[in-house]
Amino acid sequence: MSELLDLSAVQAVAAIGAGDVSAPELFDLYRARAADDELGAFLWVAEDAPPRADPQAPLAGVPLAVKDLFCVEDVPTTSGSRILEDYRPPYTATAVERLSTAGAPMLGKTNMDEFAMGSSNENSAFGPVRNPWALDRVPGGSSGGSAAAVAAGLAPWAIGTDTGGSIRQPAALCGLVGLKPTYGAVSRYGMIAFASSLDQCGPLTRDVTDAALLFRHMVGQDPCDSTSLEYPEPVASPSAERLDGLRFGVPPELTGEGLEAGVRAVFEQTLARIEELGGAVDEVSMPNTASGLSAYYVLAPAEASANLARFDGVRYGLRAGNGDLLSLYEETRAVGFGDEVKRRIMLGTYALSSGYYDAYYGRAQRVRTRIVEDFRAAFDAFDFVITPTSPTVAFKLGERTADPLAMYLSDFLAVPMSLAGIPAISIPGGLADGLPVGIQVAGPAFSENRLLDASFALERAIAFDGTAARA
Amino acid sequence: MPEGSTTVPGRGYEPVIGLEIHVQLSTRTKMFCSCALSFGEQPNTRTCPICLGHPGTLPVANAEAVHFGLMIGLALGCEIAPRSIFHRKNYFYPDLPKGYQISQYDIPLARDGRLGDVRIHRVHLEEDAAKLVHAGASGRIHGAAGSVVDFNRGGTPLVEIVTEPDIHSAGEAGEWLRLLRATLKRLGVSDVNMAEGSLRCDANVSIRPPGTATLGTKAELKNMNSFRFLEQGIDAEVARQERLVRAGEEVVQETLHYDPVSGDISSLRSKEEAHDYRYFPEPDLVPLVPSDAMLERARAALPELPAERAERFERDLALAPATARLLAFRGELGDFYEQALAADSPDPRELASWVTTELVPRLGDADPAESKVAPDGLARLVGMVSARDVSRSAAKEVLGVMASEGGDPQAIVAERGLALAGGGELEAVVERAIAANPAAVEQIRGGKQQAIGAIVGAVMRETKGRADGGAVQAMIRERLKL
Repeated sequence: MSELLDLSAVQAVAAIGAGDVSAPELFDLYRARAADDELGAFLWVAEDAPPRADPQAPLAGVPLAVKDLFCVEDVPTTSGSRILEDYRPPYTATAVERLSTAGAPMLGKTNMDEFAMGSSNENSAFGPVRNPWALDRVPGGSSGGSAAAVAAGLAPWAIGTDTGGSIRQPAALCGLVGLKPTYGAVSRYGMIAFASSLDQCGPLTRDVTDAALLFRHMVGQDPCDSTSLEYPEPVASPSAERLDGLRFGVPPELTGEGLEAGVRAVFEQTLARIEELGGAVDEVSMPNTASGLSAYYVLAPAEASANLARFDGVRYGLRAGNGDLLSLYEETRAVGFGDEVKRRIMLGTYALSSGYYDAYYGRAQRVRTRIVEDFRAAFDAFDFVITPTSPTVAFKLGERTADPLAMYLSDFLAVPMSLAGIPAISIPGGLADGLPVGIQVAGPAFSENRLLDASFALERAIAFDGTAARA
Repeated sequence: MPEGSTTVPGRGYEPVIGLEIHVQLSTRTKMFCSCALSFGEQPNTRTCPICLGHPGTLPVANAEAVHFGLMIGLALGCEIAPRSIFHRKNYFYPDLPKGYQISQYDIPLARDGRLGDVRIHRVHLEEDAAKLVHAGASGRIHGAAGSVVDFNRGGTPLVEIVTEPDIHSAGEAGEWLRLLRATLKRLGVSDVNMAEGSLRCDANVSIRPPGTATLGTKAELKNMNSFRFLEQGIDAEVARQERLVRAGEEVVQETLHYDPVSGDISSLRSKEEAHDYRYFPEPDLVPLVPSDAMLERARAALPELPAERAERFERDLALAPATARLLAFRGELGDFYEQALAADSPDPRELASWVTTELVPRLGDADPAESKVAPDGLARLVGMVSARDVSRSAAKEVLGVMASEGGDPQAIVAERGLALAGGGELEAVVERAIAANPAAVEQIRGGKQQAIGAIVGAVMRETKGRADGGAVQAMIRERLKL
């Protein structure tokens, strides 16, 4: 049993392909573990193994945990919200469909911050998720359930979504690899939208090799998503051992103040490792990135205020009120949405309102453009930009719930890459006081192959051990 | 000088009118999903997760709708935007499943065109709302016993056309809307049926003293679903504004509803109650950048348009302006006319007169192509009249038979003995008429030329109108050796 659990997803695929392990056996192992979940990571677990898994399929039947904002036909899909408590979508998200076709059946749906709004998973209407590294701490968010499930060995791998750090930050806090792909690389069709111009889905895995394999089967243009693009090259399995000739830029605007000492120590250790592996590290000034969080908290709520307007009690989901139209809207949304969602709807509505649009939305868009330019300039001189993923390690449950700004700061380092639409990966850099610290590496659009390769070399050198969380 | 005080009493005010027209496009599928358009199917049978606004769904712009939009833009002489974008127009209503309508805002598909005498401000693409049905006496959502939504119509592609305020009377508005309707119909992009809502018109109405250039405060008159209601509504609104101004009151900016039954105008909402639509760029759609190939295809798809056709009829065929417009604006009449013209090259003006004054009254609004009258048949009939093979009145009878039973005009003439009387038959009739009217003969011989009419009349009576009046006169003169 524990030997099976120790297999990475890619190792499991190989073992099934070789006939050493059967896919149903693997599915049952994880199904049982997911069903016994004491972390609050799963909101729904599949009843049965899928029939007739093809051991030669690219993903060989290795089961997949799916964040609960991916629509799956006739499977409860809540996006962490009371307003969708009994909702069963009539269709399946493209990413889930593609992975299922490639041979990764769905193991279950994972907990998340309501509508992906949060950095601790404490905004879920269905309870918080605990971090398997320390049960009194948060797993990060919003893909907290997916991260906790993979870290704790309740699932071999998972998909999540990242709007302003929601894959990378929980990956960092749970000691996992999390990849936020280039905007447009993976179809958003069937992902319940938070901020459409930023949302991307990607893998949360134990290692970089797993992330590459899952990502390979997610990419590609989708006729149902106008913003999706054909991936320009095949996604390869990473194999680099060295970082010779690669230049890593460290933006002081992001890595100056506000980092916990333990995080800084792991980050500096990682920079030293890069140099040991033949890479070069230098400062790169990205003056506008420090304004990223402010711009993000205008743009994302603005888009969210429109994206969440459809939850009106008319066609599906929760319906409340006394039968009068206004009360239908007001009561349904008052009862159905949590505080953070309401806060962001109000922020976004205000930012878009007549007379304020230019001062808020327009200005934030201009900041976004400047951040894009900052990255463009950085990539003229550097192959990658590197930062810690989160300024802190996993914090305690309840520690920041009363202070939204402190919570928002958790994504300070992750948001600029989202605004620029570029790929960024978080890999475990080591432990600080027994808790994982994530390292974020970002590259130009569609540079995932190079990003995965460099991360792979770094991962080998770091040799992070995540088994403690699966105990 | 305060505006309005310069008006000469009795001279009235000048109405200034701009129109906003919504056109449902007759594409195969909806604007942003692949549902077929609905034509009176069972409610909520033409829906999918996308047009029902399910979470996670995304819009994909309909290429055919874009093509139709480009055709309309080009037909209206507009500049096509090299890059236009979709926006979200946010408001809550049960007929709007996403809580926003995808429309275009500051960069529309096309702008700055002209149709006839009216400048086009802009042309943009958007999606239609669903249909709400309210139970109860009020007929509106407030006070309704219950309301149900049919999402079949939701997501139907719409083109919105906005004119500049270049129209100055209800009659002009109606006349221009007819030209627009004919143009859109000719393009084949819409059913343009006002009663069924595939063509909907709002009017922005203001008044000002004649000769002034500034615009008065406008009121928006919503959704008049026939030409008659449009014209009546505008007249009523102009009268209302005139009464206000004459009474020293001000016109306030508001949205109005015209009730065609009572003739009443009531306020739907004032400027203060106007929605803040919080427009912002639709992040789910990429900018609309028409390629050269798309523009070429749209240009190639443009048929000759009614305004051009009317001009050609006047210029090349010497038709009277009203006749030319009737044939051109009702494209099916123009098509029938041109087919007939090609079939038997009758006199163009004569043929036009037969189509507009004889055929149209017999067929009403029906398409002559669907009737029993064949274009070449009408052409031969007109040729027979010109060749004096049949009298005008007999030819009308023949057309009546063609319209009700069909058939070839020559065969009908032969069958019914309607050929122009002539030769020996006519000579015998003339002989008898002269013999029967000795008094008239006397008068003629006495120099009273008009007395010949009595004898001609007698011939016509006997031939039941099958004789040619000129020929009969000539024959009488010859017999009387005048």
